[in-house]
Amino acid sequence: MQGQHRILSKRKLSDEVYRMEIEAPLVARERKAGQFVIVQCDENYAERIPLTIADANAETGSVTIIFQTVGASTHKLALKEPGDGVVLLGPLGNPTHIEKFGWAVCVGGGIGLAPLHPIVKALKAAGNRVTVISGARTAELLIMQDEMKALADENIVVTDDGTAGRKALVTEPLGELCGQTPPPDIVVTVGPPIMMKFCAATTKPFGVKTLASLNTIMIDGTGMCGGCRVSVGGQTKFVCVDGPEFDAHDVDWAQMMTRLGAYKSLEQADHDRCHLEMSVEALEAKNAGAAGKVDTSGKAVK
Amino acid sequence: MSSMDTINDKNKARLELDRIRSMTLTPRDRMAIPVQDMPNQSAEARRSNMQEVATGYTPDQAMGEAERCLQCRNAPCVGGCPVRVDIPGFISKIKEGDFAGAATVIKRTNLLPSICGRVCPQEKQCQLPCTLSKSLKSVEKGVQIGRLERFVADYERNAGLLAPPPTAHSTGKRVAVVGAGPAGLTCAVDVRREGHDVVVFEAFHKAGGVMVYGIPEFRLPKALVASEAGVLESMGVSFEMSYLVGRTRKLSALLAEDGFNAAFIGTGAGLPKFMDIPGENLVGVFSANEYLTRTNLMKAYRKGEAATPLYPSRRVAVLGGGNVAMDSARMALRLGAEEVHVLYRRTREEMPARGEEVVHAMEEGIIFDFLRSPARVLGDQNGRVIGLEVTAFELGEADASGRRSPVAIRGSETVVPFDTVIVAVGNESNPLISRTTPELKVDRRGHILVDEKQKTSIERVYAGGDIVLGAATVILAMGEGRRAAAAINEILQ
Repeated sequence: MQGQHRILSKRKLSDEVYRMEIEAPLVARERKAGQFVIVQCDENYAERIPLTIADANAETGSVTIIFQTVGASTHKLALKEPGDGVVLLGPLGNPTHIEKFGWAVCVGGGIGLAPLHPIVKALKAAGNRVTVISGARTAELLIMQDEMKALADENIVVTDDGTAGRKALVTEPLGELCGQTPPPDIVVTVGPPIMMKFCAATTKPFGVKTLASLNTIMIDGTGMCGGCRVSVGGQTKFVCVDGPEFDAHDVDWAQMMTRLGAYKSLEQADHDRCHLEMSVEALEAKNAGAAGKVDTSGKAVK
Repeated sequence: MSSMDTINDKNKARLELDRIRSMTLTPRDRMAIPVQDMPNQSAEARRSNMQEVATGYTPDQAMGEAERCLQCRNAPCVGGCPVRVDIPGFISKIKEGDFAGAATVIKRTNLLPSICGRVCPQEKQCQLPCTLSKSLKSVEKGVQIGRLERFVADYERNAGLLAPPPTAHSTGKRVAVVGAGPAGLTCAVDVRREGHDVVVFEAFHKAGGVMVYGIPEFRLPKALVASEAGVLESMGVSFEMSYLVGRTRKLSALLAEDGFNAAFIGTGAGLPKFMDIPGENLVGVFSANEYLTRTNLMKAYRKGEAATPLYPSRRVAVLGGGNVAMDSARMALRLGAEEVHVLYRRTREEMPARGEEVVHAMEEGIIFDFLRSPARVLGDQNGRVIGLEVTAFELGEADASGRRSPVAIRGSETVVPFDTVIVAVGNESNPLISRTTPELKVDRRGHILVDEKQKTSIERVYAGGDIVLGAATVILAMGEGRRAAAAINEILQ
């Protein structure tokens, strides 16, 4: 049965961040900014993980995903090589509502800069003046900077430790921009929930409309289970079909973050095991190399 | 049941069959033959495994049960079957010991007998009008049609006789089937038989719809579903998996640009209903769809192998009284829950679940709290479920449909500790196709509107199964898929 998609290229962007191009001509043609895919390492026991489409090329028929190795499944995905297959379903979710708003401020944190990229692109193409705030823990984790610089009218860089740009959280420049006259017409934020929550809190007093792209736990991604549900304006919504974008001022952030932590202890155990397995593999590869048997498969990471 | 008991039962069945065969039976004699029980794994053993509960009739048991059939000339049982299987016909073949012949009779009208024999609510369908059920005043004492159907289908498969139905010469016409559930698979077979090219589009990575993500392994082994889908492939039906029509490609594009001459929509009722009570988004509250998808499709029960995590549950409340509630409760028990309660607003009599499954659940130790429904889910400071506030109900006056509706008893609220709540109060139609195909007419509940031939408001587009009926049964979905296929074959002539 059809269903496997070939990995075309893989690049390690930083210690924990990978970029993969996957052959998926239909998805590449249909996808719009803000949509995501569900990826599975295999059809048997792998889990389904939602990843936002960072870029796509309709001509070559490929989509690009950028992901951080945060758990067992993303680690497994990172070990895949060009030529290997994955299961991929998409494009899923509602596209970002794009129009000519005027001045748009796009805030991306860490890996969130990847899904932010097509949104910046689309807002720019619609004739907006776009300011990007790129934030990360440290300079190493700052991704998509060439793309952002090329697209945005202004790219403000902040890092938690000051290794690149301003030593600040994204909310600092965001607050300053909102304080200008006139303030931004729209803010779009993608990143860790805690960052999006504080972005919402920053823009609210200024009355600046703010959209957040939510990243909840998902299983099917097609609206049939409600695993991704979250309260928005007091109503239960399914992120996979009603979202992933919602008015950030209406999202029940505390509930969303609690639900994200539902499997934390189990995930941690798997993650630890994965790190062990990866270090063992790396060691084995090193030993094999030392013994003169050079491992050319490139399977071992680091 | 120990292996010794099983051997004794088998011997008993043999002796009984010899006795029956040694005499000429009057209808009265046939009525006196006791129902052949189906061998089951003991409740004790099956509580901790995923294997099928019922192990199926032996040939002797099947032939013994077949002797009970009175071969009524008017065959009321056939009228109770949504696809009108020739029930007396296949049963008389079993009586003769011609099991392959029995399979041929069934397959004329039912393409998935090993599945229907297992999951159809026979007590509400074929077995309800059975003359034995009527004469013995108990539908449980009617001829065990489902068990016999299952026996025949299993015999055929195990004997390696499962052959793909013949297909006509290629017509070059193409049909898109959206959804690989029972409606879609049935439609695909019937259209393919006439020589048309069929592509089945399925959003999940496995074919079968509710038969793979919903109904658990212990009731319907997934190998059976895979084998049925395999038969379709050997007939030349193609499958496009992980393909969400509406998103990966619009339905209109399939017809206008991809060269499909007709389409069938069988996308089911996969949208879970919640109860809309406070606390429903706490961690530890699941829709039955999520709970069952994690366990069945993603195999979360295979700890150490499956990557999909399972919530650790000790005290589980399942809300609802249908098959999905039974499946969830029994699954939770098998995954190690210490206590599983089913909370149902009405009483045992009104439960819509298949009779046999309710009995099995009770044997396994599921606790039924009838006339109970939660008013609110209670959580701790970490946002996790710690219990339910439960209201007691009583049955009031009969409503227009003759069903007595439950009325809440004021001041009856009690708090019961639970760490997991599974909501199984029904499903609604999946809105994806109708949202992305605006010209498709649906009713206010999102069910696709069709005519008597299953045709939708769009030319060349047909629909059937739960997306038309609302959450119904596997066999009704199959009946609709078959009717749509007939209409599609007609327009493609």
